[in-house]
Amino acid sequence: MSEMNMAQALNDALDTALAADDRVVILGEDVGRTGGVFRVTDGLQERYGATRVIDTPVAESGIVGAALGMAVAGLRPVAEIQFLGFAYPAVDQIISHVGRIRNRSNHRFTAPLVVRIPFGGGIGAAEHHSESSEAIFAHTPGIKVVVPATPADAKGLLLSAIADPDPVVFLEPIRVYRAIKEEVPAGQHTVPIGEAKVVREGSDVSLVSYGAVLRDAGRAADALADDGVSAEIIDLRTLSPLDHQAVIHSARKTGRVVVAVESHRTASIASEVAAIVQEGALYSLLAPVERVTGWDTVVPLKRTEHHYIPGPDRIVAAARRALEG
Amino acid sequence: MSTEAFEPELMDYSRRQPRLPEPVIEGNDALDIPLDERMEMYRLQQELRQFEKRAYDLFMQNLVKGTSHLSLGMEAVATGFGRALRPDDYSFATYRGHAHTLARGAPMGPVMAELLGRSNGILGGKGGSMHLASVEHGMMGSYAIIGAHLCIANGAGWSAQLRGTEQVAVVFFGDGTTNIGAFHEALNFAKIWELPVVFVCENNLYMEYTPIDLVTAVEHPAADRATAYGLEPILVDGNDADAVYDVAQGVIETARRGEGPSLVEAVTYRHGGHSRADPGKYRPPGEVEAWLDRDPIITYHQRLLRLGVPEGDLTRIAQDVARRVDEATEFAKAGPVPDEGDLMTDMWADGGSAWRN
Repeated sequence: MSEMNMAQALNDALDTALAADDRVVILGEDVGRTGGVFRVTDGLQERYGATRVIDTPVAESGIVGAALGMAVAGLRPVAEIQFLGFAYPAVDQIISHVGRIRNRSNHRFTAPLVVRIPFGGGIGAAEHHSESSEAIFAHTPGIKVVVPATPADAKGLLLSAIADPDPVVFLEPIRVYRAIKEEVPAGQHTVPIGEAKVVREGSDVSLVSYGAVLRDAGRAADALADDGVSAEIIDLRTLSPLDHQAVIHSARKTGRVVVAVESHRTASIASEVAAIVQEGALYSLLAPVERVTGWDTVVPLKRTEHHYIPGPDRIVAAARRALEG
Repeated sequence: MSTEAFEPELMDYSRRQPRLPEPVIEGNDALDIPLDERMEMYRLQQELRQFEKRAYDLFMQNLVKGTSHLSLGMEAVATGFGRALRPDDYSFATYRGHAHTLARGAPMGPVMAELLGRSNGILGGKGGSMHLASVEHGMMGSYAIIGAHLCIANGAGWSAQLRGTEQVAVVFFGDGTTNIGAFHEALNFAKIWELPVVFVCENNLYMEYTPIDLVTAVEHPAADRATAYGLEPILVDGNDADAVYDVAQGVIETARRGEGPSLVEAVTYRHGGHSRADPGKYRPPGEVEAWLDRDPIITYHQRLLRLGVPEGDLTRIAQDVARRVDEATEFAKAGPVPDEGDLMTDMWADGGSAWRN
């Protein structure tokens, strides 16, 4: 157990996986000598060699395609794409092949691979470096989509993803990489995929979120507490398969749901959560489900990024609307 | 301001000059290929031909649902490479992959059943004509979006290299694939990593309905790109199984020795259209006929006669294959159709599709 930020915790997870299993390889642009654009793979090539921590050309279809070939031929690849906006050239591989190889081969081929992708705002470089398009992957059958919000969960979920027999798109919130530190268990620490977590118990309103926005949900809950409002916080942690029961249970308990994400609003995970709540908890609701999201616009540059990404104020305002019912 | 619009020439492709095959190279009779190997290649070409002719007939009886893409006329490529591979080698194909799957030894009955979408198909009726695969035979799948599988083959090659197994991955694709980005990504990856991967372009002169030369910057879609990736340009007569086998043995051994990838362009011709829906009317008069005269099986038959094989031996092989194709057809037709329950299986490792709890 030692105190780590999320980048360090992810590095620790990769180190643990590489040491434990010869089949695990890492590939991506600058992941080796440089240690990755966010230094998540720092030092791993020195430790495990250039045949297991592989620097690739900047060619995302080539990277993810190679990972799929490695996976069907017996390895456990972990590919890194530098930013979510850079992943689109690989979407053909992920949607058309990675997610379908098991089904179309009648279970004879499997793709136990992980595609790690930093995502969301934070560095203020707009568009390709700041996107939050996780719904594309969550919409795709055959792909698990995991988003950690804390260092310990990041390690535990990544080790679970590497061990998972199905392909996982693993989205790492850029704003959290170095924002918080916490105790992270040493060695083989795993957190199950598909289970949301109640981060804070509450009784008046449920704040459902994931990734970097979870911290803003926490700040919102603090602000609401100052006014005597008890907010419950749910960290989804996995977007596919999404933990319906955790969401429905909390909605039935509080009767009010605010779901906060930083992606575009239309057809988002927020929309999915709203649908799940009305299917499973409609008669417990005291107010409409509130969606707090980014806008259906292009993610902007630094100076206006804070207007795009929903902060605690918008979450608090949505909670108040729900409370006023 | 003058606004002169760009107007591409309206072109009836069937009025172009036909692209005619090169004559048979009789000198290939003297290639150092044992006669029993040649007899196996004759048998295999007969299998691929008769299997696909039957598949076509089954289409016409509306027993094959959806679409399918035949490689009638192109059998020599899958045959030459299929026979040159080791049983544990990997191969990857496209939606036009019946021949490549059978050439690895996948059994005809379950493959035919797969085309018919039956539960006794080699993939339980889930893959269909365009996604044939057979894990037992190293056939790593057919990929129906062009380009992607070249990158995937690299991964299999990397795995073989890392595990030190001396396995080779051979990936087949059409001329059209040479114009998509993944082709170029894959060749670059394979060369920088010196992977044991052989890229085989089956240039059948048409990208679906369009002559490939009209949409490609160079004359030979694959071979002319080879030097850009530090590879030797290799052109081979794709209608001569001996020529293909000879080249295949060379490039596969190069890969197996750890000396890196190769790119082979096999020039061939599909006798039919792109898919079931395509009568192939865009081809100039005389072109199809000329290529039918260069039919890889007829010319191979003639070679074997020149080499002293009795006609009766070849007839017996063809008859034996015909009987087995009949059996495969009966096996396929007798298979049950998947039901609604099958729709919900095999999305995830637990065998199910429940991605919500």
